[in-house]
Amino acid sequence: MLKIQNLHAEIEEKAILKGLNLSVNAGEVHAIMGPNGAGKSTLANIIAGKEEYEVTQGSIELNNEDLNELAPEERAHAGVFLSFQYPVEIPGVSVTNFIKTAINETRKAKGLEDMPAKDMLKKIREKSELLEIDRKFLSRSLNEGFSGGEKKRNEIFQMAMLEPKLAILDETDSGLDIDALKVVANGVNKLKSKDNAVILITHYQRLLDYIVPDYVHVLHDGKIVKTGDASLAKELEAKGYDWIKKELV
Amino acid sequence: MSKYTEDDLKEELKTKEYEYGFYTAIESEKFAKGLNEDVVRAISKKKNEPEWMTEWRLEAFKIWSKMEEPEWANVKYPKPNFQDIAYYSAPKKKPKLNSLDEVDPELLATFERLGISLEEQKKLANVAVDVVMDSVSVATTFKETLAEKGIIFMPISEAIEKHPDLVKKYIGSVVPPSDNFYAALNSAVFSDGSFCYIPKGVKCPMELSTYFRINEGGTGQFERTLVVADESSYVSYLEGCTAPQRDENQLHAAVVELIALDDAEIKYSTVQNWFPGNAEGKGGVFNFVTKRGLCETNAKISWTQVETGSAVTWKYPSCILKGNYSVGEFYSIAVTNNFQQADTGTKMIHLGKNTKSTIISKGISAGQSQNSYRGLVQVNSRAENSRNFSQCDSLLMGNACGAHTFPYIESKNKSAQIEHEATTSKIGEDQLFYCNQRGIDTEKAIALIVNGFSKEVLNKLPMEFAVEAQKLLEISLEGSVG
Repeated sequence: MLKIQNLHAEIEEKAILKGLNLSVNAGEVHAIMGPNGAGKSTLANIIAGKEEYEVTQGSIELNNEDLNELAPEERAHAGVFLSFQYPVEIPGVSVTNFIKTAINETRKAKGLEDMPAKDMLKKIREKSELLEIDRKFLSRSLNEGFSGGEKKRNEIFQMAMLEPKLAILDETDSGLDIDALKVVANGVNKLKSKDNAVILITHYQRLLDYIVPDYVHVLHDGKIVKTGDASLAKELEAKGYDWIKKELV
Repeated sequence: MSKYTEDDLKEELKTKEYEYGFYTAIESEKFAKGLNEDVVRAISKKKNEPEWMTEWRLEAFKIWSKMEEPEWANVKYPKPNFQDIAYYSAPKKKPKLNSLDEVDPELLATFERLGISLEEQKKLANVAVDVVMDSVSVATTFKETLAEKGIIFMPISEAIEKHPDLVKKYIGSVVPPSDNFYAALNSAVFSDGSFCYIPKGVKCPMELSTYFRINEGGTGQFERTLVVADESSYVSYLEGCTAPQRDENQLHAAVVELIALDDAEIKYSTVQNWFPGNAEGKGGVFNFVTKRGLCETNAKISWTQVETGSAVTWKYPSCILKGNYSVGEFYSIAVTNNFQQADTGTKMIHLGKNTKSTIISKGISAGQSQNSYRGLVQVNSRAENSRNFSQCDSLLMGNACGAHTFPYIESKNKSAQIEHEATTSKIGEDQLFYCNQRGIDTEKAIALIVNGFSKEVLNKLPMEFAVEAQKLLEISLEGSVG
């Protein structure tokens, strides 16, 4: 599904990714771990198409389509979803209105009519139940005054509504207490299918107790330096990242 | 209409010289530009006005002659030459067109996007309208319904003739000619406008819209509107329309006076979309308006405005809360783009006891525009327990525009409660990227953010107006983020 080859990228002429390779197939869950400043969030933003980053070399393909050629919204239409580490506030725009706009804009890009209001309501009801979201929450302004947990839950709610092919969860566990973490993880697990793929970007092993990855990659200095299964995450938790750095020398 | 060819252009260039050359002197003599007592008399005579009206105008002219054009507003523009304006030329009739095919396609495209119906489009573009058409019958039913209730709604010149007592009693009672430079000018030379009277205890059953009578007189350069709501009556009045309005008159100086007698309520909504000038800041209307309402005991006046047009806007719809327990409200969205300048806000003058006012102002600036909120909350020494709440929010797009807030508070009564909140925010790259990531393109994202920002005010507009206004905001801000 996702194929990243020899990706080099920089921001303000500072190289962040330095020859990254990653292959993700449908039905898989990949975790990307690594110390601060390794380039984890950069990778997420580059896949989603954030403009500040410049891809200097290499390719990113989603189902054989070159993502580098696409604007951020076109990538979204192609099925890329990014759960933000710091979701932004949009005052006066309700959660419902926002997701309705997102869905209808995506449909429009595909030449489809707006989703009938009845279907939209039904879908919202289903997905909010799945994620244990209070209905009152849906009429609040997007992320305004939301707690950390509410923001992340709202991200996963949007993911559930948009049904992406590739979901990238950037530090979704940060700022969550254990109960919120369980709800979010539970939601992700329910949304997982053989047709979609998930990339979890995380600092800690904690999230991986609830969403078990098929692969764990260690990102260091702009490259993936080690790949393993779920046990690698436990090893990292126990030993930290230093031993990998030493291994590299 | 045949295509405009190169030959036509050559022909036009030849005649241009003729038109604008040394013959100008004769032309201007014919039109007698300039303003003096004779011109004022002539206007009044042309309108068959009674003596008192002529005298009133002359008095206003005298006052105006001694006044200076105000310079305190945060706007810069070349001062109009008041002696270079033809004051008594009748409003120019727009050519009647036979079908929509003859209308500027750009204008039609805008209508389309505003969601204006085909019939309405014709009316706005001055296309001859079919007799069987709906809006004609609507207009007729409309008039019948109003007449049944005893509501008077007509051009002000007609009202001067038919209801002189009412006009005489109220005109200038809220905005006296001496109020300010433009009000004095308007009082001396006003050409047309609307008059509305709601009798005691009558709730006007429909939104009164200038749109229904605009064809009768056309909009003038110096409009004068007078709305009187008698005791315990109610009226909702709509002014302007969302369709772009082009006008060759560069200077517009209107006066609107509202009078809400005991227990009456007036809701006055405006959508202003005069030509703002082009993207380089050339052309555009100067809009210098004085709007004020007077509230007697337990009366309420609400001003709601969506201002997207004009090159320069200078406008402060205000309320004089004279009666005890009276209420004044001001809800405003002012959008400036490109080189537009707006200095707008309100004045809430608390005279009566237990009076209450609310101000919600939303300024949106884009391009290289300057958007200022200027507001005065004044509490008189006898206005016990007055309350005011003001909220002024500014939204900036890009780095070249400006948002300014000038709140003035004068309180002479220590029982008054006055609250003022202000915020300034910017549409950030992060917000746009977030929307993009959800499949919403930048233009739609801006519309979404702006609508969210303006929601509290949009909600105050009558339903159908609100939908159009929302689209208007989108169109006004097009191309504002690169």
